[in-house]
Amino acid sequence: MDWTALLLSLQLSFWTMLVLLPVGIWMGRRLAWTQMRSKSLLEALVALPLVLPPTVLGFYLLVAMGAGSPVGRAWESLFGQQLTFSFSGLLVASVIFNLPFAIQPMQRAFESIAPEVREAGRCCGLSPWQILIRIELPLAWPGIVSALVLTFAHTLGEFGVVLMVGGSIPGETRTIAISIYDRVQAFDNQSAGLMSAVLLIISLAAISLSYFATARMTSRPPHA
Amino acid sequence: MREGLVLSLRQDRAIPLHADLHCAPGEVLALVGPSGSGKTTLLRSIAGLHQPAEGSIHCDAEPWFDSARKLNVPTQQRRIGMVFQSFALFPHLSALHNIAAAMLDVPVAERQQRARRWLERMHLQGLEQRLPQQLSGGQQQRVAVARALAREPKILLLDEPFSAVDRATREALYYELAELREELRMPVILVTHDLDEATLLADRMCILNRGTILQTDTPDQLLRAPASADVARLLGMRNLFTGTVREHGSDHTILEWQGQRLRIRKQERFAEGERVAWAVPSTGVLLVNVNSGNLLTLDNLVNVRVTRMLSLGEQYRVTLQAMNDQLTMNVPRHVAQRYAVTEGQTLEVRLRGDLVHLMPEAAAQA
Repeated sequence: MDWTALLLSLQLSFWTMLVLLPVGIWMGRRLAWTQMRSKSLLEALVALPLVLPPTVLGFYLLVAMGAGSPVGRAWESLFGQQLTFSFSGLLVASVIFNLPFAIQPMQRAFESIAPEVREAGRCCGLSPWQILIRIELPLAWPGIVSALVLTFAHTLGEFGVVLMVGGSIPGETRTIAISIYDRVQAFDNQSAGLMSAVLLIISLAAISLSYFATARMTSRPPHA
Repeated sequence: MREGLVLSLRQDRAIPLHADLHCAPGEVLALVGPSGSGKTTLLRSIAGLHQPAEGSIHCDAEPWFDSARKLNVPTQQRRIGMVFQSFALFPHLSALHNIAAAMLDVPVAERQQRARRWLERMHLQGLEQRLPQQLSGGQQQRVAVARALAREPKILLLDEPFSAVDRATREALYYELAELREELRMPVILVTHDLDEATLLADRMCILNRGTILQTDTPDQLLRAPASADVARLLGMRNLFTGTVREHGSDHTILEWQGQRLRIRKQERFAEGERVAWAVPSTGVLLVNVNSGNLLTLDNLVNVRVTRMLSLGEQYRVTLQAMNDQLTMNVPRHVAQRYAVTEGQTLEVRLRGDLVHLMPEAAAQA
């Protein structure tokens, strides 16, 4: 059992979730409520990681963040280390890869709030910030929880993108999914089996939580 | 600058607007028109939920919107009370907290107390902790009204507030609103497509069509003297025809309609020989007792054939064929029985000349 890899995966999942929480709320609200011409294009871009092979996405990220790229050079001059094959690089890749898992459920949650309810908030004198905290978030929370859980579980099981961008550096970029692959390659089926079981249990628990939250959201009657 | 709401708006794109209106403190002004007439857009402009292209909105001399000065005060700072058609209560908050949410500027303890007082005032005591979904339509509407008033608004805006409740509840709510309005010292704007509702509740009515205010007047004055055939049509007047002014007498005007001369109330603003649109309310069409014998002394007798009798409970709505036009009148059930009115029958009716109203003809064809 590779505890370091499990811990690394949990850390990556946690940070991905944390970064995507404000990003998802912001993008989800925008996509839910603004009627912009570019909306379909934006939605398609957000959904792209769902259909793109992880190796393809990983390849582009590797090129975009590599030492030869403007982003990679800027990162290196700022922080003195490479972006690719580091935990930070992995986090950036993970955030991008998880955009649809975070944004889509949040968008649906915000879409389910009747526009008049938000307008009523404005008519009651609530500031945009108060409307977000007192009206929108309490109404959208099941969708937000669901998005976070999906992101968390999905990051735990990420393989292709991680391998392309991070490689397999123990303690830095070797996640549990990669560790399982390594173990199988080394004919250590017992460790692979144990780690797979741990991943299975965590994922199942997370997904159950997500469905529970979604069920609560959909069981609420429509706004009168 | 006058007190209350003063508004003047112009807009050509998307939803056209061409509106000037004033609503005094304590006055109930109804915006009436078919769907798509712009009445809700007008209301949303007052609330700051829609930004019109041009014009200005002032409430108690305070500017809320002025396109010339590029001023558009956000909804939050306009101090309005708004009741939405769907009530738009916050679904996750109890009745009490829905009302308290409109008073966030008040200290917490006092906020709860005031919200409770509002609930009592709207006869909702005991329902403090209920969520909106656990309230009936009428109760939801009362919470929405309480929430709108709890802010102590400078103006109360009601967007078809009775359309989402059943008829019996609606009647009860009419009485409550009528009672409440005695105490309200702010302008009240009521959007509705229901003429009876507007007549019942409003001091004045604004008739809107395609974003343009056609006429603003008291309900009585509107029904007695619509400014144009369009207004008459929007007011649901069925007896709307065209004719020619023949002559003005000392106390009457002679109107020619389908070769027949009608003696009507004197309306000198139309020249002799001018084509006009004219209307008579269904109450101005009367059955004539043929047996009374002195038929010749009566004015404006019209020979008609009964084409349709529609039962409306206590009354019949009777459609009559008078030459090429159709007349409508309402006949109480017992009168219809006494006169033995039946479909296909030919009879004489009398048009009350004092209720015949003339309008410019051009508008009739618009």
